[in-house]
Amino acid sequence: MATPLFTKKASGLASDSKRPVWKEKPSLFYQSIKAVVLVLFSISILAPMLLVVSTSLADNEQLVAAGGFVMWPERPTLEAYQTIFRGPMVLQSLGVSLFITVVGTLLALFVTITMAYATSRSVIFGRPVILAVLFTLLFAPGLIPSFLLIRELHLLDSLWSLILPGIFGAFNFVVMRSFFMNIPGELIESARIDGASDWQILWKIVLPLSKAVVAVVGLFYAVGFWNSFFNALLYINDHSKWPIQLLLRNFVVQGSGAADGLGITTTPPPQSIQMAVVVVALVPILMVYPFLQKHFAKGVITGAVKG
Amino acid sequence: MSRLRRDKQMLVMMLPGVLFLLVFFYIPILGNVIAFQDYQPYLGIGDSLWVGWQNFSDLFINPDFVNAFWNTLYLAGWQLVFLFPVPLVLALIVDSLMSPRIRKVFQSIAYLPHFLSWVLVIAFFQQMLGGAGFINNSLRDMGMDTIPFMTNPDTFPVLVVVQMIWKDAGWAMIIFLAALASIDASLYEAAAADGAGRWRRVWHITLPGLRPVIVLLLILRIGDILSVGFEQFILQRDAVGAGAAEVLDTFTYYTGVVGGGWSSGAAAGLAKGVVSLVLIWGANKLAHKFGEDGIFAKKVG
Repeated sequence: MATPLFTKKASGLASDSKRPVWKEKPSLFYQSIKAVVLVLFSISILAPMLLVVSTSLADNEQLVAAGGFVMWPERPTLEAYQTIFRGPMVLQSLGVSLFITVVGTLLALFVTITMAYATSRSVIFGRPVILAVLFTLLFAPGLIPSFLLIRELHLLDSLWSLILPGIFGAFNFVVMRSFFMNIPGELIESARIDGASDWQILWKIVLPLSKAVVAVVGLFYAVGFWNSFFNALLYINDHSKWPIQLLLRNFVVQGSGAADGLGITTTPPPQSIQMAVVVVALVPILMVYPFLQKHFAKGVITGAVKG
Repeated sequence: MSRLRRDKQMLVMMLPGVLFLLVFFYIPILGNVIAFQDYQPYLGIGDSLWVGWQNFSDLFINPDFVNAFWNTLYLAGWQLVFLFPVPLVLALIVDSLMSPRIRKVFQSIAYLPHFLSWVLVIAFFQQMLGGAGFINNSLRDMGMDTIPFMTNPDTFPVLVVVQMIWKDAGWAMIIFLAALASIDASLYEAAAADGAGRWRRVWHITLPGLRPVIVLLLILRIGDILSVGFEQFILQRDAVGAGAAEVLDTFTYYTGVVGGGWSSGAAAGLAKGVVSLVLIWGANKLAHKFGEDGIFAKKVG
């Protein structure tokens, strides 16, 4: 299948490692500036993560000696994790996040795939539907009407208020649809002549060809659901229904924010416990990151952005 | 009619998406009518009083709204000047790297923060730069004064831009890298043969080659200019204070949802949405004038 989405060129990754003859070697000065920029940028990203993970694993003695933070745990211990999992709050919020992520992603994939496939073929009403989707990229209904809608639907304090508003994204629709459009029409026509219904064609022919794009879009939705915190702030009052991000915000961000304002140096929950909560929210993203990277490096995203 | 019958199953497939758009997008858009009402929750939209443009004219004499409005423009200006060029510069550096392995390692690190939630990002910044954070702890140990990175309203724009660079500059590089890879290498070779040095090649080949992408991103940025970063601000508004960190979106939230001023909140939100729409439309028109494709390059169907 000749789809331009997978050409190496579009990924920006392919380049000969050999320097062409006409290209002069950069001076030592420019080379060192480049190196400094890249190294500093990388360190600024990695250092906070190392600090947080190390501090979460450090034992009390080292923490006190170091004054609150360590860059490397000398005697790593899981005590902080045992503490946070002893109470119900963290486990509950992880359960909530997991639920909205799994259910949300499955629903989102269903809605996006069906919509993208139906509009990728020449179909009656296809155009106005596409325009209706694209308009969502230009104009947002606004916070207040969305809140009133959720209230009218009696979804306040229901986990569905965290799922339903996120089950369709215009950007993911565009990515998916431009992939489907590259599937040759003859393939679909011949299946239709053989008597396959549109649902059968989608399920048995189109989807098996689209595993990569389904994976990427699914991961995008999943990351979005896992990371969302504002909907929960808006719609959820019941503490037992907080997703992990809201827990993190209320215990870590707000907690130490207050300490900042008051100039207190040690916050009531010890550093390592706060850090353990941060790590718990971070780890799932780190786990899916290699998959995300594998697929977008292939150019699925950039190809779709340009197409 | 025969098309309707032929496409029956396809129409059924569109149904979930269309329902979603209706319920969660187009119905709330209609809900904006409460901006022209004195909306009372117990009366509902049907029975609340109509007040015309009253809510809008009230907003413009409300000092909090005016403050939020100027903050938004001010912060958007900072982003446009200091944030926008960073991914471009990073992409130029990465593109000039000869070793594919170094490229790959750097890209893996640089893309990562894009996938972290704003809550996590702010938590990281607090642990590093907060009053009880790593750097200030170290300063204190050395007997020096602490620096209020996270709570000083005067330096808030710098903090915000640094956070945005940390989170998204790496990811924003992707689109520039793709555009750089699509520039015909023989152009560089020919220019080099004609004696053009490194910088002249960047100026005469690379930047013109990137122009469509730069224009496209600028248009999108301009349309988005009034949404300076909702989650990022709402997470830090308490620490920095509303004076510096209140933007249009947070104003809408605190006035409407927290304060119960549903109608003035909706009016602020609607005003913002309409202005953004006009801005993006205007920027796109301008791009067409300069011979660029812009965003609506007539390939919708």
